[in-house]
Amino acid sequence: MRAVAGDLAIETEGLRKSYGDVVALRDVNLEVEAGIVLGLLGPNGAGKTTAVRVLTTLLLPDAGSARVDGLDVVRDAARLRARIGLAGQYAAVDENLTGHENLEMFGRLYHLGGRVARDRARELLADFDLADAGNRLVRTYSGGMRRRLDLAGALVARPPVLFMDEPTTGLDLRSRLALWDAIQALVSKGTTVLLTTQYLDEADYLADRIAVIDHGQLIAEGTPDALKGQVGGDRLEIRLEDPSRCEQALTMLRPLAGGSASLDDGVLGLPPRSRRGAIADAVRRLDEAGVGIDDIAVRRPTLDDVFLRLTGHAAEEEPEELAE
Amino acid sequence: MTALRYAVSDTLVLARRSFLRIPRQPDLLVGYTVQPVMFVLLFVYVLGGAIQTPGFDYVDFLIPGIIVQSMAFGGFVTALGLSEDLKKGLIDRFRSLPMSRAAVLTGRTLADVGTNVMQLVVMLAVGLAVGFRFSTGVPEVVAGIALLLLIGYAFSWVFAFIGLVASSPEAANAYGFTIIFPLTFVSSAFVPVDSMPGWLQPIAEHNPITTMVDATRALFLGTPAGNDVWLAVLWSLGFVVVFGVHSTWRYRRAVTR
Repeated sequence: MRAVAGDLAIETEGLRKSYGDVVALRDVNLEVEAGIVLGLLGPNGAGKTTAVRVLTTLLLPDAGSARVDGLDVVRDAARLRARIGLAGQYAAVDENLTGHENLEMFGRLYHLGGRVARDRARELLADFDLADAGNRLVRTYSGGMRRRLDLAGALVARPPVLFMDEPTTGLDLRSRLALWDAIQALVSKGTTVLLTTQYLDEADYLADRIAVIDHGQLIAEGTPDALKGQVGGDRLEIRLEDPSRCEQALTMLRPLAGGSASLDDGVLGLPPRSRRGAIADAVRRLDEAGVGIDDIAVRRPTLDDVFLRLTGHAAEEEPEELAE
Repeated sequence: MTALRYAVSDTLVLARRSFLRIPRQPDLLVGYTVQPVMFVLLFVYVLGGAIQTPGFDYVDFLIPGIIVQSMAFGGFVTALGLSEDLKKGLIDRFRSLPMSRAAVLTGRTLADVGTNVMQLVVMLAVGLAVGFRFSTGVPEVVAGIALLLLIGYAFSWVFAFIGLVASSPEAANAYGFTIIFPLTFVSSAFVPVDSMPGWLQPIAEHNPITTMVDATRALFLGTPAGNDVWLAVLWSLGFVVVFGVHSTWRYRRAVTR
């Protein structure tokens, strides 16, 4: 099943989509290697959902082209649908059917045939820890169970490419972790996953590569580490008891610094020459000078920093909502 | 050929889905059974005494009309269900599956035929219990029943369209009532058209519901049919074609709200 490295599972060229005056996607060029998880990261209304809808044949692009698993999303739409799975932000399952009935229905609609559809339903219920709940109506399920069933529904036909649109939005921590495990298990079997998320930690944890999208434009793409590298390495951050002594502290710490220092909101920041011993060294020097320390830490850059740097706003902020 | 086979099997899978819901939503069952019975009893015993229907017992006049009305409303659940599916993202899932592009609609409307049979049995039983009698032979009665089911099927497509264009299940509910209620009341279903004010009579006479009710009376009671039966069939087929085409078109480009 595992695809040959270098094969592209998803590729788009100059993809555009507008809703009236609102541009949801502008010239998006994206390449996703087979067998990896791509995290499509962006704030609400950035165009993530539009991208997924185009790639899953639900929406026609205005211009540009896109291929998924080698099939064109417009010309080969009918054939492509048999080769993709879609799990959305809604948990798109029928509440008045049981978990088993839902999966069997999806299996039959993938034309697996009755027996195969029933066997596959049982198998998936077991895989997603829903075997005991399989014969209960979905309306009695918790939010986490519904999302797991939704994901199971997307996997009925063992699609080589899986799209997940904000799969954990609104879930509690425990359910999120359970879903993360399920996604990792899938990827280990060779499925290519495109996952949209607003949660930076989710992308950091799950994605092999991350594409950042904002206002319909792809503004960065790379491995999580490479993206973090773009905002610089570790930073030593020190909050002084007496902020007026910053200048003095800076003079004392200069030998430690591997680059220019900053002062932000009373917090002194500088890139340490070496991470090891940086804190002890800084504490000793400031202590000798009699400068009191309120707080000190070496901070690694996070995707939050990447995001802030790239978009000029934090991820949780909600800019003008696009019609998605 | 394969496409046709899949269209049929997808339709059956989704019709089964609609059926499975019925026993699990007791309020639906009430809608299918208790409500029509209540309407028959209210009309016969409360309003019936005040309505003059020369040449008929009111109960004979009423039963064909009230059954047409309940057939017209039989597809309501299709509007609500589709609207709900859109809201919950299920339509997106269906549209991402390699299934027939019309099956979501043909499946629901087919399931409506099943529930309409149920309603029809209940209403005819209640009708017979309160004194309704057929005055025609078996072939006419069977043809009348077939016509009623065709009428119900036609309105299911009207409701499918309403469900796809309404912005929410609540809106679908409101549209359905504001369209179908006046349509059934400004007709020959409950009172003779002659008893309406002069300006309303031409509207009632050209109302397809009047044609459908008169056709059913002709087949159940032996009243002069004129062209009513054929016109009722044509109206129904027309509804199926027009709303079927528009609904399918709408479904293909449905966007989750």
